[in-house]
Amino acid sequence: MAEETITIEVLRYLPENGAEPEFQSYDVPLRSDWVVLDALNHIKDHIDGTLSYRWSCRMGVCGSCGMMINGEPVLTCAAFLTKYAPGPIRVEPLAHFPVVRDLVTEVTDFVDKLKHVKPWVVREEDKPLEEGEFKQTPAELSDFKSYTMCINCMLCYSACPVYGLEPGFAGPAALALAQRYNLDNRDEGNDERMARLSNDEGIWSCTMVGECSEACPKDVDPAGAIQRYKLAGAAEWWKSFITRKGK
Amino acid sequence: MAQEESPEYDVLIVGGGGAGLRAAIAAYETNPNLKIAVISKVYPMRSHTVSAEGGAAAVIKPDDSLDDHCYDTISGADWMCDQDAVESFVNEAPNELLQLEHWGCPWSREADGSVAVRPFGGMKIKRTWYASDKTGFHMLHTLFQTSLKYDPIQRYDEWFVTKLLVEDGRCQGVVAIELATGRIEPILAKSVILSTGGCGKIFPFTTNANIKNGDGMSLAYRAGIPLKDMEFIQYHPTGLPFTGILITEASRAEGGHLLNKDGYRYLQDYDLGKPEPKPVLRSMELGPRDRLSQAFVKEQERGGTMAGEYGHYVHLDLRHLGEKIIDSRLPFVRELCAKYENIDPVTDLIPVRPVVHYMMGGISTDIDAATVLPGVYSAGEAACVSINGANRLGSNSLTEILVFGARAGKNAAAFALEQKEASSGLQAQVEDERNRLAKLMLGEGTESIAGLRKEMHDTMEEGAGIYRTRDSLAASGQKVRELQERVVNVKVSDASHTFNTDLTAAIELTYMLDGAEAIIASALLRDESRGSHQRSDFPERDDDKFLQHSLAYREPGGSPRIEYQPVSITRWPPAKREYGQQKG
Ligand SMILES: Cc1cc2nc3c(=O)[nH]c(=O)nc-3n(C[C@H](O)[C@H](O)[C@H](O)COP(=O)(O)OP(=O)(O)OC[C@H]3O[C@@H](n4cnc5c(N)ncnc54)[C@H](O)[C@@H]3O)c2cc1C
Ligand code: SF4
Ligand code: FES
Repeated sequence: MAEETITIEVLRYLPENGAEPEFQSYDVPLRSDWVVLDALNHIKDHIDGTLSYRWSCRMGVCGSCGMMINGEPVLTCAAFLTKYAPGPIRVEPLAHFPVVRDLVTEVTDFVDKLKHVKPWVVREEDKPLEEGEFKQTPAELSDFKSYTMCINCMLCYSACPVYGLEPGFAGPAALALAQRYNLDNRDEGNDERMARLSNDEGIWSCTMVGECSEACPKDVDPAGAIQRYKLAGAAEWWKSFITRKGK
Repeated sequence: MAQEESPEYDVLIVGGGGAGLRAAIAAYETNPNLKIAVISKVYPMRSHTVSAEGGAAAVIKPDDSLDDHCYDTISGADWMCDQDAVESFVNEAPNELLQLEHWGCPWSREADGSVAVRPFGGMKIKRTWYASDKTGFHMLHTLFQTSLKYDPIQRYDEWFVTKLLVEDGRCQGVVAIELATGRIEPILAKSVILSTGGCGKIFPFTTNANIKNGDGMSLAYRAGIPLKDMEFIQYHPTGLPFTGILITEASRAEGGHLLNKDGYRYLQDYDLGKPEPKPVLRSMELGPRDRLSQAFVKEQERGGTMAGEYGHYVHLDLRHLGEKIIDSRLPFVRELCAKYENIDPVTDLIPVRPVVHYMMGGISTDIDAATVLPGVYSAGEAACVSINGANRLGSNSLTEILVFGARAGKNAAAFALEQKEASSGLQAQVEDERNRLAKLMLGEGTESIAGLRKEMHDTMEEGAGIYRTRDSLAASGQKVRELQERVVNVKVSDASHTFNTDLTAAIELTYMLDGAEAIIASALLRDESRGSHQRSDFPERDDDKFLQHSLAYREPGGSPRIEYQPVSITRWPPAKREYGQQKG
């Protein structure tokens, strides 16, 4: 009996040959234990060695393998072929990012945005190591824990209608990351981050439809983080009339 | 990001995983005026440190002691580790983990707000710090985010190193391909730290990610630096057969059972204790990793395992724990099974088999993370100091990448401050390397990358797996040599300069073959059984002859030469490893 197969249509793009992106079809075995990433690896190893894409862990934690499958941003290492049977399955690079080649997108803008929100513990004075750890109760930890779970897969940016229109927008994951530090009781950088983000029009354009949180494979809830930012931002505005904290 | 014109750094770190990032920060702290760069073939937060689950060991609680941590490590290592190195490691571990706490790592906590610790295999006392079941992930992201604070630390993200530049007896930089553009550039430096991680991908079934090909080990080996103790490879007893995804030890600690094809808890037949309804420490399913993996092979020989599409397997049974316990204590296990293997541990048996997990061996360094080649340092899984000996204790390596990452950064910085400018002859080497790579890209070869890789996988599993013999190793050694000759003729089918992953896969294959050859040669000459290295033809440990590290050197023709170096023993004379009844 011939093995059942499924057709994968991959958007190919090679800047060097000057041609427009184009779909190319490949038939791969339809196996119940295969995810879309396994199918891509099968293509690369046995059909077409020129196909380019990123992957590493194949266990949903390194964040490299995000792509659009049938128009939705997903981790290809967590997307079983059978879910899309009988196919065809359309695989495209993550939306809203420039494409380097095939399924590889340009991500420096995203990485710069992470840095922009100062994602490190800011303190007026470092605590000496001899004094041991900072105390942090499980309740204090759970206040920001979900925002630490972000794997930087950028699916939320592909899902975000605001980022699509306003590339200057810090975006869901970077804002969740800012909140991750703002809400950490070891950190004192709230004001600095607020100052950096106060001009970000994107935050105010965010309509809170929550596409980002829906796309997120790790339940980070970036939409919730942005909501908290807006509330804090508004409170800050009122506070600015009362006192200014010395730097 | 990276500059034009061959830049020159004081400290160049190859690898953006936990070890590399820790090294970069340490170099900066040694002297903020140094020019520092981190080069990595993936964005740093994609590095494989991200996948570590369990935790990182360091003494912090009052009921624990440094000596206890030393002893657990040394006995776990079957006395193959250097005891002076272990002592430094254990002494510096608590401050390193505290430093990470100050940088924001979300360690799990006790009710009073102090850092929590959990038990781990082979540790007599609870000393493993953890950040729920994603410890490596949180450590890596904390280090990466903290590193962003230091502007002088430059990054070369998605640059792939292909060669070390050695001239006038010292290493003066690397040659690397920028993946996005395909340009091949020298990056000069007064000192280079290799923190490129392990090489699990030499084997077919592994918990290791696609990027773990032993690149740095091979780069060092080709530059004349020996690889130490390459025969010691840790198998984890419970990996998912197809993907190699790790099912954590905690699933057995919670009461999971290992069953053979008749639903029988077969470990009782291999001197691992009697089956009890509740889990008992160091017995049955909670025996040490190497013993459990070895019992699997014996059971397979007896016909008790099941044959599957991806080799033989047994079952891990969690069903009796019930949905509530599984969801509260082992949520990640359920998620991994469901999302990546299409099964539900609440209702299904989980197929598992031993999978290659960790490389105890690596680039030989001294206690200061220095190699024999001036200017080259190494840390993390790529290196062998050694503190892991013949069997690494779970949760020591996440700590190791911090302790020795920091040491490497500090010492490489000090070395750089003493060096003069780069030698003049380097440009010729760079041109040679450009020509070599250009030739590869012509696509004139005939051997398929995937084909050669599969042959390497098959022969490594066949001849250099959990149990080895002189004959199996000699046969695999011959095969790998044949593959080394054939890989010269490998076909790169992609001629593009833009993100050419066919080219990098071909180069990675050559790196893995170097590692494979060093593994086999070291294993072939070690006529004893110790820790993870089990020779059916030499079942006993032989301290008279083999209380020595193997050092694999690359001969000019490419074949390995093995030398030995005594293990450093200070306060803990060799004794029998006490894990219940010993007998394989
Ligand atoms: C599934 C799993 C679970 C684990 N759990 C635990 C645990 O609970 N506790 C514990 O202590 N240990 C654990 N370990 C082991 C531990 O995670 C690793 O040993 C450790 O993280 C290795 O870190 P590293 O910095 O040395 O290497 P990695 O994190 O692997 O980083 C290697 C870096 O080198 C770069 N690189 C490699 N080659 C090149 C090249 N040619 N050019 C440029 N850059 C290159 C890569 O891009 C990457 O940035 C686990 C391992 C696995 C696989
Ligand atoms: S917030 Fe979620 S979707 Fe966005 S990058 Fe992080 S993990 Fe991915
Ligand atoms: S390959 Fe790492 S998240 Fe998919």
